[in-house]
Order: sequence, then structure tokens, then C-alpha cells
Amino acid sequence: MQGSGVFPALAVNAAWPWMALAGLGAFHGLNPAMGWLFAVALGFQRQSRGAVLQALLPIAAGHALSVAMVVVAISVLRILFDITSLEIGAAIALIAFGLYRLLARHRGRVGMQVSGAQLLLWSFLMATAHGAGLMLIPVLLGMPIGAASSEHLQHMAAFSSLGPSVGIALAALGVHTFAMLATAGAVAIVVYEWAGLAFLRRSWINIDLIWVFALVGAGVILLIMALR
Amino acid sequence: MATWTPDPTFYPSARMAMQAPAEKLAYMAMLDVEGTRPDALGVVDLDPQSSSYGELINRIPMPNAGDELHHFGWNACSSALCPYAPHPHVERRYLIVPGLRSSRIHILDTKPDPRAPRIVKVIEPDEVHRRSGYSRPHTSHCGPEGIYMSGLGAPNGEGPGGIFLLDHDAFEVLGRWEVDRGPQQLAYDFAWHLGHDVQITSEWGTPNMIENGLVPELLLGSKYGHQLHVWDLRRRKHVQAIDLGTEQQLVLELRQARDPTKAYGFAGVVISLKDLSTSVWLWHRSNGQWAAQKVIEIPAEPADPDQLPPLLKGFKAVPPLIADINLSLDDRFLYVSCWGTGDFRQYDVSDPFHPRLTGSVRLGGIVNRSPHPASGPVNGGPQMVEVSRDGRRVYFTNGLYRAWDAQFYPEGIKGWMVKCDADPNGGLTLDPEFFLPAEEGLRMHQIRLEGGDCSSDTFCYP
Repeated sequence: MQGSGVFPALAVNAAWPWMALAGLGAFHGLNPAMGWLFAVALGFQRQSRGAVLQALLPIAAGHALSVAMVVVAISVLRILFDITSLEIGAAIALIAFGLYRLLARHRGRVGMQVSGAQLLLWSFLMATAHGAGLMLIPVLLGMPIGAASSEHLQHMAAFSSLGPSVGIALAALGVHTFAMLATAGAVAIVVYEWAGLAFLRRSWINIDLIWVFALVGAGVILLIMALR
Repeated sequence: MATWTPDPTFYPSARMAMQAPAEKLAYMAMLDVEGTRPDALGVVDLDPQSSSYGELINRIPMPNAGDELHHFGWNACSSALCPYAPHPHVERRYLIVPGLRSSRIHILDTKPDPRAPRIVKVIEPDEVHRRSGYSRPHTSHCGPEGIYMSGLGAPNGEGPGGIFLLDHDAFEVLGRWEVDRGPQQLAYDFAWHLGHDVQITSEWGTPNMIENGLVPELLLGSKYGHQLHVWDLRRRKHVQAIDLGTEQQLVLELRQARDPTKAYGFAGVVISLKDLSTSVWLWHRSNGQWAAQKVIEIPAEPADPDQLPPLLKGFKAVPPLIADINLSLDDRFLYVSCWGTGDFRQYDVSDPFHPRLTGSVRLGGIVNRSPHPASGPVNGGPQMVEVSRDGRRVYFTNGLYRAWDAQFYPEGIKGWMVKCDADPNGGLTLDPEFFLPAEEGLRMHQIRLEGGDCSSDTFCYP
């Protein structure tokens, strides 16, 4: 289907997965439960802006690690299954996970005296428990990752000498993580330096609910793609 | 049920919580003195615009008699905003109301009508015993990841007492909290320094040591609690015991600094065997070690033995008996209830090492029976104290614990609730209009204010 249009349409088609990855990264970064709030809290506790910034890197790394698991899983599954079965399977998994998130409660105690490694682990667990990586599946399935169809392989051969699919996968992970880190960092600094925490009381909308819509929505999109 | 925006009663910091609107209702544990009728949760109208201001507007009886309602807490509070497990879209809605004698835990729903809470769940004693290994549930605090509750002892009435957890969705008893309790045996209150991942616990006595009254031999033998315990809140491990000295008996209420970056707090000690004085201790951390020192001491007052109950006749003095303390949300004013003498004090603790007495009122007392303007002489003394979030209004009741009430006030305590007005710059005056007497045969204990108060919430941000 891809590349059948005129040039501008092709450009848009080629760009949209990257924009989607970045957009989802920004969405994840905005979610207080994904780490910016923790960074701000550590900054207040230690009374240092440096502590805010220091916390953000392990938080982003933990997030990336969780998303990487999904990227690897998709790459392997692409070898084993044809795209339509994968899309249908992933769609069902996403919708089911989204509904589970409606009821899910994460209540692990971490605490405020945390090392970088503990922050990384916390972020990894939060991203995984929330299904951050799962949300990317519709985008990832549209990209030449794993045993992509041969037309894609040829198409992407220029991108990386390592093997096109690995290069694309790493780029996908990088774009998503960078967008997440940039957003989380911007929010954290604005809250720490200027906005303060008072606004949390009114403006902290229930992102967990939006998150459920995003997961279920991603599943529905996949289903439509598969059945098209 | 999840909401779209955070519960408006949740505040990131204690400072912000001081801007909360004034409370319009109070909930209150009400004890049936004979223990033959069910205890009740009382609802008091605190809206000055209301025609029933200062009156008991509802009483919700428990399903059984003999629970001994005492302390209670909320299902969720400001700690839901803590960054590592944020879930602010739950509601402060359910009251967790344990029976200190029965070990039965009641869950009351304050919605849809906060003036008429309904019992929605009862956890029977057997389940508490079986799942936690503890009994006689006492303090209840809403934590970031669940409801923590202290239990005074084991189901058979011996030690150890400790802490157990309830989940804050279905209110199931999850089990014992401690992984490594170290030398800790006695339990009572607990408090958190959420910014430091530290928990402090205090010591009363095992159920067998208290349920038939204060045992003079145990007291004189220094067998009641005289230590504070410091815990690693994350690893659930005992870190350090701080012995206040064996002559310091009954280490009860704990009030930690409301600012989570600060690592200090106050503990009330009921009586010193040396001179019957009562004291407040400051626990604090210096150079990685925790320590405690006495920062307030209130001496016993000489008295004619004829005016004293049998327990005290030999001493010819009234011990002040600090039975409760509370700390304002700005960490500035400490309130101290002296249940024996009827003294109720306000200290400026801006410098926690050097409290400064800034106000006091007298009400009741074993000897004085100091009068209230609205009622004449009263008995019992200032006991459970609760402070409004803005720090302007202070409420207290006069009952301690049934078996002990009878030893110190053998004529029988007549229950009441009163209010003081606190000056933001220091100073305390008794509200001459506000006097809520309990109905005959009932006695009041802990007060909780609608939307939260000075001891209901723990904060993760300074």
C-alpha cells in the first residue's frame, strides 16, 4: 500500500510513524506516574534543582528499557507470525490490557531515598505495569522492524549497515525516549522552578483514564488495520 | 471509583493544606460506658452558619456491643499524591473505625451524605487475627500504598504488637507489616517521615497489661513502654530502639514534623516514676543516628489525698498525665493534653529543641474540676485533641480508655467535647459557647474533621 501515492503523500506516510512515536513519548512524559513528579519531589526533598535533573536520566533509561522489551518482542514475533495475525493478536492484547488498567492498582512502596539504579528500576516497572511499550505496537508494526517484508528491507537498506531492522528499532526507541525525556524534563523544571505543586490539586487530570483510552484505542486501530 | 480530578482534600504539602476551607463536620468515636449497648460514630455540626452548630447531629451505632471505639482514620489522604505511587483520583471517603477491645474493624462510607455515614463493611476479629497475627487495632493512617494500622498485641493478649496493612480498595487485611521487628515487642502509635523513608513507633503495653486497668505493680516495675522505635519504612526493618529511660512510662502519641524534609517529631510520655511528672520528647536525627531528648516537662501538682482516687492517694499529688498531643500543619504549635490536671497547653515549637509555652486553658482535672463557662464544673480532662487544618480551631474530648477512666475518675467521667480558638501568633482561648455534653452513658474519644485535620494526613512534599 505504502508509496503508492504522489511524493508528498509518500513523505507524510514515511514521517507519520516517527511523529507518532514522538507524540506518544510526549504523552508518556506528561504522565506524572512516569517520573517527572518523582524528579520534582526529589528536588524538593534535597532542595536542589540538580537533583531534579539527575533523576530524569535514570527515569528515561528505565522507560526506554521497558519499551525496548516490546520492540524486541515485536521483532521476534515478526519472524514467527504473519503481519495480520500479529495485528489481530496485538489488538486483542491491547484492548484486554487497557481494560485491566481500568482496575489495576500499583501500590509498591519505593520511597524518597533512592539511588539512580533504584530510580531506573522504578521507572522500568512503572512503564511496564502501565503498558507504555504496548501502546507503541500499532506504530511499530507499521515499521520495518524484525522480519519485515522484503520491500521494506530493500527500502531501508540504506539506513544502517548493522542491519536495517536493528537500526530502525534503535531509532524508534531513541525518538520515543527522547520525546519522553524532553517532555518530562520540561514539565519537571517548570513545576520545580515556577509553577509549584499547588496546580497539581486541580490540574492533575486522571491520565490513567486517558491511558486506558489510548491503549484500547491503539488496539482498535490495529484491528481496523488488520481487517482492512 | 476513580475521579477525573484529584480529591480536593488532598494537598501536596502541609503548608498548602493550611489554606483548606474550614471544617463543617466532625466525626467522633463514642463509647458506651457500660459496654452493653453498641458504641457509635458521632457526627458533630461545626458549621457556624448552621442552626445545629456545635450539636451532635447523628449517631451511627456499630452492629455489636463492646467494641470500644477509640481511634480511627481515613481510607485515603494527601499521601495519595506521593510521587512513587501516585493515585490521587481516589476519594477521601471511607472511615476506618476499629474496635480497640473487640478487634472488629468497621468501614463507614461518608458519601453520599457526609452527615449520615453508613457502615459498608465489617471485618470480623477472627479475620484480623488470622490474617495479621495481631489484635486490638489502634491507630489507622492512610499510607501511599495502603492503610496502615497498629495492633497492641497478639490475639491471645500477649505481645508482640505491631503494624498490619489493609489495601485501600477492598479493605482486605493484607497481613503483618514488619519483616524484621528486632527487639520491638510493645506497640501503640506510629508516624512517618515520608521524605526519609522512616517510621517511628511507640509503646503502650500488651492487651493483657492494659485491659483490666493500669496495673500498679507493672507500672512501678517499669514494665510499660518506655522506648521509641525507628524503622526503615521501605525494607520494613527495625533500625534502632531509643530508650527514654525505664522511669519514663507509657510512651504514647507521636506527631512527626509535617514537613517531610524535616527529620524530627514529638512523643508524649504519660508519667515519670521519679516524680509523677509528664513529658514531651523530641526525636531527631543527627549524624545518621536517631536520638531523643526531653523538651517539655510538666510537674505533678500536690493534692489532698482525700480528693484523690485510691490509685493516687499514696502519692499526695496529681500527675498531669499527657495523654495526647497534636502538631499544627506549619510545625509551629504543639498542643498538649494533661488529662490528670485538666491543663491544656499550647507551645510554640518553631525551635523544636526549645518549646515556648504560649497559651493554656484549664478544664476538668482529677482535683480541680475546672469549670466550662457553658456548663459549670466538669470532670475528666483534656484528652484527644484535634486541630483544624488552618490551625485556628482546636477541639478536644475527655475520655481516655474505659478501664483506665474508672481508675482516675472513679465517680465516672461525663463525656464532653469543647473547642478552643488559637491565635495564629500564639495564644489559646476556650470558646465559652461551645460545650457538647455526651448523652448519659456515652463518652467521646478521638475526633476527625471532615476533609482532614492536623493528624490525619502525611505529606510527601515540603
